[in-house]
Amino acid sequence: MLGTFEYFVDQAINGITLGAIYGLIAIGYTLVYGIVGMINFAHGEIFMIGAFVSIIAFLTLGFLGLTWVPLALLLVLVATMLLTAVYGWALERFAYRPLRRSPRLAALITAIGMSIFLQNYVQLLQGARNKPLQQVIGGGFEIMREGDYVVTLSYLQIFILLLTVVLMAVFTLVIGRTALGREQRACEQDRDMASLLGVNVDRTISLTFVMGAVLASVAGLVFLLNYGVIDFYIGFLAGIKAFTAAVLGGIGSVPGAMLGGLLIGLIEALWSGYFTVEYKDVAAFSILVLVLIFRPTGLLGTPDVEKV
Amino acid sequence: MTTAPDTTEPARPFSPPQRPLLDVEHLTMRFGGLVAVDDVSFAAAPGDITAIIGPNGAGKTTVFNCLTGFYRPSVGRLALRGNGREYLLERMECHDIARAGMARTFQSIRLFPRMSAFENLVVAQHNKLMRASGYTVFGLLGTRSYAEAEAGAVELARYWLEKIGLVDRADDDAGNLAYGQQRRLEIARAMCTEPLLLCLDEPAAGLNPRESAELEELLLFVRERHDVGILLIEHDMSVVMKISDRIVVLDHGRKIADGTPAAVRGAPAVIRAYLGEADGADTDTHTRADTRRDAGMGA
Repeated sequence: MLGTFEYFVDQAINGITLGAIYGLIAIGYTLVYGIVGMINFAHGEIFMIGAFVSIIAFLTLGFLGLTWVPLALLLVLVATMLLTAVYGWALERFAYRPLRRSPRLAALITAIGMSIFLQNYVQLLQGARNKPLQQVIGGGFEIMREGDYVVTLSYLQIFILLLTVVLMAVFTLVIGRTALGREQRACEQDRDMASLLGVNVDRTISLTFVMGAVLASVAGLVFLLNYGVIDFYIGFLAGIKAFTAAVLGGIGSVPGAMLGGLLIGLIEALWSGYFTVEYKDVAAFSILVLVLIFRPTGLLGTPDVEKV
Repeated sequence: MTTAPDTTEPARPFSPPQRPLLDVEHLTMRFGGLVAVDDVSFAAAPGDITAIIGPNGAGKTTVFNCLTGFYRPSVGRLALRGNGREYLLERMECHDIARAGMARTFQSIRLFPRMSAFENLVVAQHNKLMRASGYTVFGLLGTRSYAEAEAGAVELARYWLEKIGLVDRADDDAGNLAYGQQRRLEIARAMCTEPLLLCLDEPAAGLNPRESAELEELLLFVRERHDVGILLIEHDMSVVMKISDRIVVLDHGRKIADGTPAAVRGAPAVIRAYLGEADGADTDTHTRADTRRDAGMGA
């Protein structure tokens, strides 16, 4: 069974689902790095907050008796995007903006501090125990069968993939085609010059954090739906993995973050499927090390990282 | 604010019009104990090319940095007038100053190197685009008003690409253009913000004579056809003398002369500042200016 194509497909589907989550988080890392040149280590926590907002929203809706799944999903999606965006905005406004002109190390240490702060904040408010959520989207359909080994594509997985593809398309469009995206790219290349052309740099940076938080919140929702259980600590490992994905794809590059997320997800799932689950993280990080040795700018990163 | 006496040495034959475009009054900028700009006042008239010259370290770029909001002046009032309004620049943020109608280029080229030439010109028009796009929402929905605003932006960008002769390089990354082309693109980008005042910091630096002539032509065109004042820092005296309507001379942060090119050229204080001593005022100063340039004083 291990050697069959069906088994491979099964693992690949899992990997792509996982990769969607990593990719959504990784875009936040890459956007923020691009525009302010710092690694926002608290971004994993924003993802975790997104998951918590989602579970609270689901339970509230359940309590109110709203059980029609599509509407509930839509409401939860909107709620988590809005509320998590506020967290992303506040993080930048109060923790990072005052340090805008300080050395990068100050911002980096602050980011780690904010990560610890947000973890403890959620732990304190929500408790340290696991929060389970019963299955929201069940069922699926069979795509392959080998003897009694059945490969199914669940409706949940379809939902996750569709949501991810749509979001990534929208954000690619925003960055590539709109005035806001041009502002972001201008700030990325020369912040002072951008402000001399009338770009409100602080607002552009705020919006970048908000965009990152919105994507991370969706990743949080997707994580909750996929695994059915969350706790205050999920942001740490997911954050590190997504950061790895961003670096693997080439930090600063949005398509790179998507590709990196997908690759990390696939590597993890296939390694768990064919070798040992315990070493899946080792596998993912080893690939990162190899890529950085042979291609330090990542897969899709531009070799020219000179900042003016 | 103190009302220090005007220390300008030569008589000022030039009388500014009633309401200058830009009024700099008693501008002083200190960095710790260093006084980079010391009580400098001058005005720039709309439609004029006003040059700011002076030896290296005279404080010319510091004046620009104060005008564009990079530095907050220690003392002084900077008023920009236009569109029926008066803006007090010393109290405003960089991006608000830019929106009020101030555009600037740098001594070192600062285009967005990884955007196309065309995009560099469109990004300069983002304010009207952001408004028209309802902060991106309508832009994504593709509403009519946004489509019209974008068409306008594209048209203006095309217009300037044509003026600077870069239509066929429109889609190339700005960083890959030739030096002289980048200089012209920078000026075009500044013009795309539709400014009242265009501040150019050594636009002719590093240009060969042909490119220099093209630049002069472009600046004269801008002044003539677009209702904009130009403030020009330049070491290339042949350019300055040819196209300026008025020249302000700084030395060690102080204004030492202010007037028409002819008046400034013969002013003893100017000659002293450039050559270190005052000799006969009857020397041919045009030759002097050329000598100075050739001696590399402007480098």
